[in-house]
Amino acid sequence: MADVNRGNRPLSPHLSIYRPLWTMVLSITHRITGVGMALSLTMITGWFLALAAGERYFDVANAVMTSVVGSLILIISLWAISFHFCNGIRHLFWDTGKGLDLGTAYRSGLVVMAGSVVLTVVGILVVAGVF
Amino acid sequence: MRYQTDRQLAEGLGSAKDGTTEWWKQRLGAVALIPLVLLFIIPLLRAIGSDFNAARAIYENPLNALVAILFFITIMAHLRQGLQEVIVDYVHGKAALTTALIANTMFTTLIGVIGVFSIAKIAFGG
Repeated sequence: MADVNRGNRPLSPHLSIYRPLWTMVLSITHRITGVGMALSLTMITGWFLALAAGERYFDVANAVMTSVVGSLILIISLWAISFHFCNGIRHLFWDTGKGLDLGTAYRSGLVVMAGSVVLTVVGILVVAGVF
Repeated sequence: MRYQTDRQLAEGLGSAKDGTTEWWKQRLGAVALIPLVLLFIIPLLRAIGSDFNAARAIYENPLNALVAILFFITIMAHLRQGLQEVIVDYVHGKAALTTALIANTMFTTLIGVIGVFSIAKIAFGG
């Protein structure tokens, strides 16, 4: 009896059957930004390697980073790290056992999203040389 | 006919007995990354888009170099753990799972080692 339907049962996570909720969207965004930043970090590591290898290589890496596509990826990455940074702190706060009720979780989520936008703008201003 | 009982098939597949250690290491890395990310990104934002000599000068500074090396060491473990969590959730089948986990460890180690090596080379003036 134990073998009935083995291997053919619905597997979690089966996200598609839920109506998207704010906390759920933030949760999956934390994962998406984390995985996405693996690509950002690969690009940045390549840039560091080129910087170490010499000017000839650096010019290529720099051209890629400052191209339209490169800049777009970097700006998205800047938002991704800002979000992951803020939401990571939210997670660490949860780990202390506080702020887990629904109302607080919704509000802290709003703070995280607002914070991620603010940090992204600050980052862009640093690149632009305002700070 | 299979001679193994259901219990025998299940034994050893349960808790790996090191979940708490992994959990704690993940949090330790996350806490360390709070200052490291900030200290790593500020000079990086200045370095990206500047010319070769200006970018080199930023990472010839020992403080920037030390922070960047610490960042790469810490992110290497954090990234491996994070990606591993995603892999074990979404990759099914033993062969695919094992392949993905091995690839993950190799990829994150490579990122970390290239990062540390590059910054050390710049900082030591090579």
